[in-house]
Amino acid sequence: MIAFITRRLLLGVLTVWMISVLSFAIIQLPPGDFVDAYIANLAASGSSVTAEAADAMRQMYGLGQPVYVQYLKWITRIVTGDFGESMEWRRPVTEVIGDRIWLTLLLSFSALIVTWGLALPIGIYSAVRQYSLADYLFTLVGFLGIAIPNFLLALIIMYFAFTQLGMSVGGLFSAEYALAPWSWGRVWDLIGHLPLPALILALSGTAQLIRIMRANLLDELRRPYVVTARAKGLSERWTIIKYPVRAALNPFASNIAYLFPALVSSSVIISIVLGLPTVGPLLVKALVAKDMFLAGSIVLLLGVLTVIGTFISDLVLMWVDPRLRHQMD
Amino acid sequence: MFGFLFGRRKPKLSQAERFAVATQLQLTWWRFRRHKVAMISAVVVALFYLVAVAADFLATTDPHATDSRTSYIAPQPVHFFEADGSFNPYVNGLKGVRDPKTFKLIYTVDPSRHVRVDFFAPGYEYSFLGLTTNTHLFALRNPERGDGIFILGTDQLGRDVWSRLMVATRVSLTIGLVGVSISLFLGVLLGGLSALYGGVIDTVIQRTIEVIRSMPTIPLWLGLAAALPNDWSVTQVYFSITIIISLLAWTDLARVVRGKFLALREEDFVMAAELAGASTGRIIFRHMLPSFMSHIIAAVSLALPAMIISETSLSFLGLGLRPPAISWGILLQDAQSIQSLALAPWLLAAAVPVILVILAFNFLGDGLRDAADPYG
Repeated sequence: MIAFITRRLLLGVLTVWMISVLSFAIIQLPPGDFVDAYIANLAASGSSVTAEAADAMRQMYGLGQPVYVQYLKWITRIVTGDFGESMEWRRPVTEVIGDRIWLTLLLSFSALIVTWGLALPIGIYSAVRQYSLADYLFTLVGFLGIAIPNFLLALIIMYFAFTQLGMSVGGLFSAEYALAPWSWGRVWDLIGHLPLPALILALSGTAQLIRIMRANLLDELRRPYVVTARAKGLSERWTIIKYPVRAALNPFASNIAYLFPALVSSSVIISIVLGLPTVGPLLVKALVAKDMFLAGSIVLLLGVLTVIGTFISDLVLMWVDPRLRHQMD
Repeated sequence: MFGFLFGRRKPKLSQAERFAVATQLQLTWWRFRRHKVAMISAVVVALFYLVAVAADFLATTDPHATDSRTSYIAPQPVHFFEADGSFNPYVNGLKGVRDPKTFKLIYTVDPSRHVRVDFFAPGYEYSFLGLTTNTHLFALRNPERGDGIFILGTDQLGRDVWSRLMVATRVSLTIGLVGVSISLFLGVLLGGLSALYGGVIDTVIQRTIEVIRSMPTIPLWLGLAAALPNDWSVTQVYFSITIIISLLAWTDLARVVRGKFLALREEDFVMAAELAGASTGRIIFRHMLPSFMSHIIAAVSLALPAMIISETSLSFLGLGLRPPAISWGILLQDAQSIQSLALAPWLLAAAVPVILVILAFNFLGDGLRDAADPYG
């Protein structure tokens, strides 16, 4: 168990490191150093930077020195919480990102819960009532879930809500709460707006998990121990839930580690279509405007928080699944 | 060989005998043939690639030509019969009408004017397999300015959605193919190395795969794609995007290759080949590769739709291919805002081929995966 946690932790640290290198690469990739870009950007909006200030900035970020020195300088500043300044917004990156990063995580996490909440019962039902009408129906919905990229699904749902029901389904807040400070009313408003985007985000993952769950459970249901349990007079419901379902959950569990990153990933695109106040639209805007500090920081933050989220979900799974706890001992 | 001339027949084989002497390819084919949905999907995929090859031939108007007069024309059917029932295909022409309130000249369909449609007729010029030609499946006879065959309507700039969709099919489908080829190369190379050498190399490659799989890929793609210089040509961007997508997508293929490789290494026939003194290269390419080829093909056909979705998403956000390139994602970009979508719902037309081709590839991949193990 300790070995399992250590392994996961080390892997997490490695992932964070690779994400930081890639984020740094994203900041560095545009031609010219970013102080040049910064000055050009300021000049375009009518203000200027003195030569000394520019030199001081170059000194601060170690420009002109080898790349690894620049990387080290950059990462030490990040670790102390200084993400630099957004060129487009002229404010510290942390301030620009603000709540958005937490809303992103909240959305992805809700989608994760929806995925589990839907895939588990539907998967069990489809396996136990194999070839029933509902099974076919779920299989069809599952295939559509895999085939329709979720940003398309969001577009289609938005189109029908707009033309048929005459309502706009975008956003995470009603107009009166959009810019208001946090209050119970705002939280309640958020809870009301969250289910639809979470459901759209969850659909493709759910579709895959239903298929995995169904296939696994079908394998388990044919095992002799199920017959034995029935022969001993256990109720059908109890027989299925107590043994084969638990056995079928294993691949389900190992899949979770890749589900969360995928959800965070897709939330970026969905947010743009549905106009959600997450980091997605901010990231794309920053990238289009070549505001690289903001973009690099968002990529880094998203990556790191994803790794932490995945690690926590691993811990939860280990707590739930006794085999995971013991196989590593 | 000339048995049929002399009345000698091939010996009639029983079902079991036929099974016993069949090659692996035959067995796979028999197994695959039983999977009806996969068979249909294979045909659908083939048709899509046919469209990709003949994109310009199927297009009716130059997909890049803009015309303010034909902005947001709703889909127009091709009428095959005249009112008197004679076969004489035509489309309705356009006429300009002054808006009584704003005095703006707007163009609408004129039902009284019939513009003839010819088959295999000359249209805009394009090059096909190095030949320059102007033959299209159908084109207008003597069109006036602004006339066109608008089966799927037009976009804001007056470009024909159908023609753009045809050309986009070619771009989106080939990006999938090129991307999968790069991923396949990386996957087979790294997966193979991992399984062949084991030890430190295996650990490093496996950890790398796990790290890549636990990263949120879309933000990374976006970041890398946005760093491509603005002044790059369409072709340069096309290949860079393909490489960016495949750099993060090879991991699944590598896992399949490694898994199969490790499983096969324990098989008796590999041991037999080793004892017979075959070299490592010969064992891998002559004995092992044919056994897991079918698995690789199945994995590829499941990886292709993911590639296509990736490109579509990137271009949809405006960070993948850039206009004047045309792909499904770029077409869908026009449908991004709910206002233009409510005004011109036909802009969503590109969603249909995206969904169809992904479904078809998924069913095809499922069928291939089942058929890949004909002895199982």
